[in-house]
Amino acid sequence: MDLDMSINAPHSMGTTIIGVTYNGGVVLGADSRTSTGMYVANRASDKITQLTDNVYVCRSGSAADSQIVSDYVRYFLHQHTIQLGQPATVKVAANLIRLISYNNKNMLETGLIVGGWDKYEGGKIYGIPLGGTLIEQPFAIGGSGSSYLYGFFDQEWKEGMTKDEAEKLVVKAVSLAIARDGASGGVVRTVIINSEGVTRNFYPGDKLPLWHEELEPQNSLLDILNAPEPMNT
Amino acid sequence: MASKQPDALLGPESDSQRTQYPYVTGTSVVAIKYKDGILMASDMGGDMIYCLIAHGLPVKVTMPELCSYGSTLRYKSVERIKPIGKHSLLGASGEISDFQEILRYLDELILYDNMWDDGNSLGPKEVHNYLTRIMYNRRNKFNPLWNSLVLGGVKNGQKYLGTVSMIGVNFEDDHVASGFGNHLARPILRQEWHENLSFEDGVRLLEKCMLILLYRDRSAVNKFQIAKITEEGVTIHQPYSLKTNWEFSAFQNPSQGAVGSW
Repeated sequence: MDLDMSINAPHSMGTTIIGVTYNGGVVLGADSRTSTGMYVANRASDKITQLTDNVYVCRSGSAADSQIVSDYVRYFLHQHTIQLGQPATVKVAANLIRLISYNNKNMLETGLIVGGWDKYEGGKIYGIPLGGTLIEQPFAIGGSGSSYLYGFFDQEWKEGMTKDEAEKLVVKAVSLAIARDGASGGVVRTVIINSEGVTRNFYPGDKLPLWHEELEPQNSLLDILNAPEPMNT
Repeated sequence: MASKQPDALLGPESDSQRTQYPYVTGTSVVAIKYKDGILMASDMGGDMIYCLIAHGLPVKVTMPELCSYGSTLRYKSVERIKPIGKHSLLGASGEISDFQEILRYLDELILYDNMWDDGNSLGPKEVHNYLTRIMYNRRNKFNPLWNSLVLGGVKNGQKYLGTVSMIGVNFEDDHVASGFGNHLARPILRQEWHENLSFEDGVRLLEKCMLILLYRDRSAVNKFQIAKITEEGVTIHQPYSLKTNWEFSAFQNPSQGAVGSW
């Protein structure tokens, strides 16, 4: 592969991004790692970006491309909201993203997941992968880390989850992807959108479960050495 | 991104050498004429191709087989057959985003046709011609819509079934297919298709084709949609799966006689 993996490579979000509908709204989730080649340029990035009060987008792929696309769409949606006189629908936001992604498909490298809540359709998730295909789904996964989650979601996904079930699922999934994908890491951020509004949550590494071959984090080896001997029966 | 570097520096002219890669693709569509009209079938899979980055920007229009090792069966509920106006059905394989764009072009075409409000409506022959012009002209600009289209319909009792490829090759026939369907389904259809198939026989024939494709096409998924168009109108049946047969004795222990073989 002729990918340039030096520190001068373009900023790319290896990424794991997820969007899930539940009974009443949506939960968006993402990791927080932005890399330039092999170097982690930002270990606490926020990949879940606001488009309007009720619609957010998860960004993956090129950091620059995804930022500029979401900036344009935020700008257009703002005008659209003023002209419409009421909040924009998730479908309109998703279609604006699609328009830019599709018409510039030769130049852009970004996969996006649009999620939000509006009064007409409730919670909706739209996936817009490379190329600009628009596809409405009950849940969507994206980014390099998503490769490790297809099987997980095939097994764990259920229709009509509660808000807490949905958020737990998203956090578990991002955490599993981080465990296996070198291009994903850092913290897990979630955004929950429903009729009541928007809630942002933050799950640092120590709040996440440990997976296979991962050990309980310690302050120092010395703590382990100085720990009292385990009891023998 | 290495694959875009060569002409990323050319600025606004960089698009003049466009070709394209497919990113999210659908596989075969198979369609036949039958007694009352047209039957069309496709699976509901959308493949995501992820090994393209290894190749630089191609200058020639080349087939997607240039990446032979990386793809994921990503979307399993993609509707690749859609009704067009009152008289036609369009099935597409290839890049889904380009298919969605073609549907938008056709939507506009049908809208304008309806706005004339003159009692006339575009039939399958006209829609097929329109699609051919779009595909061929895009090909001439080295910026193709990366699809193979199957267009079928009935108007005034006349059945019509045609196809257009991404380079503008178009023709009509009693049975057509796109993609792998051309290699696997059409030979079956050449043997077993006949004039005035009943609906049941037509469906069974299509299911025979789709099953072969399921076994032998890596991008196929076991979830199908069969669509029917007659003088009365369009019916796109609900998605369903087919039973597969793995009970051949030769499948049980194939490498017993030659350990390490396949």
